[in-house]
Amino acid sequence: MIISNIEILPGKRISKHLGLVQGSTVRTKHVGRDLMAGLKNIFGGELLGYTELLQDARKEATERMVRQAEAIGANAVINVRFSTSSIAAGAAELFVYGTAVIIE
Amino acid sequence: MYDLIIFFTLLGLGYTFGRMAEAKHFKAIIEREKQNQQLLTFSERFPPAGIGPVNSELVGGNVVISVDYFKRVAAGLRGIVGGRVRAYESLLERARREAILRMKEEAKAKGASMVVNVKLETASITKGQKQQVGSVEVYAYGTALIPITV
Repeated sequence: MIISNIEILPGKRISKHLGLVQGSTVRTKHVGRDLMAGLKNIFGGELLGYTELLQDARKEATERMVRQAEAIGANAVINVRFSTSSIAAGAAELFVYGTAVIIE
Repeated sequence: MYDLIIFFTLLGLGYTFGRMAEAKHFKAIIEREKQNQQLLTFSERFPPAGIGPVNSELVGGNVVISVDYFKRVAAGLRGIVGGRVRAYESLLERARREAILRMKEEAKAKGASMVVNVKLETASITKGQKQQVGSVEVYAYGTALIPITV
């Protein structure tokens, strides 16, 4: 599965467009991490726990999108976009969408 | 009285450690930017013409950076008189440059020659009391073009 955020795949020809596919996940922090983040809020600096959390969440959302694309018989997803929205205090939704295509 | 002592202690801690962390981070960023200078990044939607056969792959890098206590107070005060909030400007600059660097490092590890269509996404992920910014997340992503070596 090739994933790309441009509309073409260099050197490959898109034979069929299959429409939009998407994946999302809602994640929340846990208390331990929150405590550490609280401390970091005094000293400043990177919140490694959150960085990893969001990275994992994005990976999961992407996997879901890929599974959806596979289900409809695509072998590539192009024009992929990521978006984040905080839906409640302490919880965030990570959303990824793109166009499923078949390439030769 | 105790509240005041705690407040000034936190302010002092935030100022000292926050400044140290920021100076260190900027130094590291500048150093790493030099190392990754050969790898070009574009916000163009399409790869430049005549780059030869390439494979493409999505790469990305993210970072969450928290503000320190001093900056939060400084920004709060700035909110009264208005104007440039320097405290947050440097925070966001750090986060963006770090995210782009992480993306570049991932691309470099995959043997890419350039990254096109770089998009940056910023989200404030935690809000402290009084809806002030607690920490920001920046995610940078783009399509890495990996030359095919025959």
